[in-house]
Amino acid sequence: MNDFSGFAYARPSTVSEAASLLAEYGSEARLLSGGTDLIIKLHNKTLRPRIVVDLKRIPELRRGISEIDGHLSISAATVMTDIARDERIARYFPALIDAVSVVGSVQIRNRATLAGNICNASPAADSAPPLLVHGAEVLAASVNGTRRIPIAEFFVRSGVTTLRAGEFVTAIELPLPKRPIGAAHMRRSRRRGHDLASVTLCCGVDESGLTRLAYGSVGPKPVLALDESGVLADPGAPDEAKAEIFESMFAGASPSPRSMRASPEYRLAMLRVLGVRALRKAIERLEKGRAQ
Amino acid sequence: MTDKIPIQMTVNGRVRAFTVAPQKTLLDVLRDELGLFGTKECCRVGECGACTVIVDGRTVDSCLMLAAEADGAEVTTVEGLADNGRLSALQEAFLDRGAAQCGFCVPGQLMSAQALLAHTPHPTRAQIEEGMAGNLCRCGGYERIIEAILDVADGTEP
Repeated sequence: MNDFSGFAYARPSTVSEAASLLAEYGSEARLLSGGTDLIIKLHNKTLRPRIVVDLKRIPELRRGISEIDGHLSISAATVMTDIARDERIARYFPALIDAVSVVGSVQIRNRATLAGNICNASPAADSAPPLLVHGAEVLAASVNGTRRIPIAEFFVRSGVTTLRAGEFVTAIELPLPKRPIGAAHMRRSRRRGHDLASVTLCCGVDESGLTRLAYGSVGPKPVLALDESGVLADPGAPDEAKAEIFESMFAGASPSPRSMRASPEYRLAMLRVLGVRALRKAIERLEKGRAQ
Repeated sequence: MTDKIPIQMTVNGRVRAFTVAPQKTLLDVLRDELGLFGTKECCRVGECGACTVIVDGRTVDSCLMLAAEADGAEVTTVEGLADNGRLSALQEAFLDRGAAQCGFCVPGQLMSAQALLAHTPHPTRAQIEEGMAGNLCRCGGYERIIEAILDVADGTEP
């Protein structure tokens, strides 16, 4: 039996119709995309909206992945399974494939969307590190029009983003790399199979020697750090020099001692292990990309 | 505010039209409106997979989908696997391998296996493990479930 409290259900067919509903109901409206987070919160009554606005019948949000003006644009209703199978994502952003392939289970990936994953703003969101490394932009619509938010300015803390009242995500855009970049995403979880991440990390290395690291589940929001010295990207650089740079890049990690999934000591130790592994894999991918 | 919504879906090949309250999940409707009790209610948070059904060719946890979202969809439940009372090859393989102990998780396991084989007819063991990761078996019968799926993939099962 189902006993979660009543709400109205709306199924707008255009972005402007959805924006009007959001403007009308304000914080009493909740947006439904994949529903893999929302429906749990409706059921256990941590959320009691007056209206649930289902975005999945809006054609603009359903168009999937398309190449527009030097970007790959992933529309808001695109599910993880479709991202994981996309050849263009595999070619340009394999780290995003690494990440979306480990979200939940098959059943979850068949429903969960990339837009929902970032809007839920879990510090452990698997998709966040690769989006940060690749400099993604979030397209947000409201009755006042559309604006772009750099992903590095999007996350605030668990469940909170810089989206303004009345705004919702219509697409996430990934700029096609101007110069070759190799990137890899990795995670640690308590068990194989279906589990939330205890630590996530994505490393990207480009031809100029710039290394980007993004990591999550070690603080209130995912963190992006850059190494412009070229040391990390240099396979010949001594390990001690690399370790020192990693240390400074991990300064943004502040794991909670209250988390159930892993202790702060474990998370900080694994961050360093994943850093080394993901860097190695990113350099391999960069070289493989060059060879092709 | 909570007016009922008219929806229509094709369930196991049969068109069904009815009205639902917005908060009803696909799981609620399959069990309570249509009497399809093969789909099990268990964790209700998308972790156990006991409520797995196939919607438009893909597995979903029916506890995490509002019935209203399934308007216009084609839904297959475990009751749709047998053909005129004749069990499918996958169901036979589960029986032959003794893959059901208490049996509670089996409808969900069958639906995930069905979708896995439809997409990947000859999966490796690793692909089976990944494809079935969203279905828990608290009796711990995973090995026999994997063996049953491998039998069908190998064509050992008619």
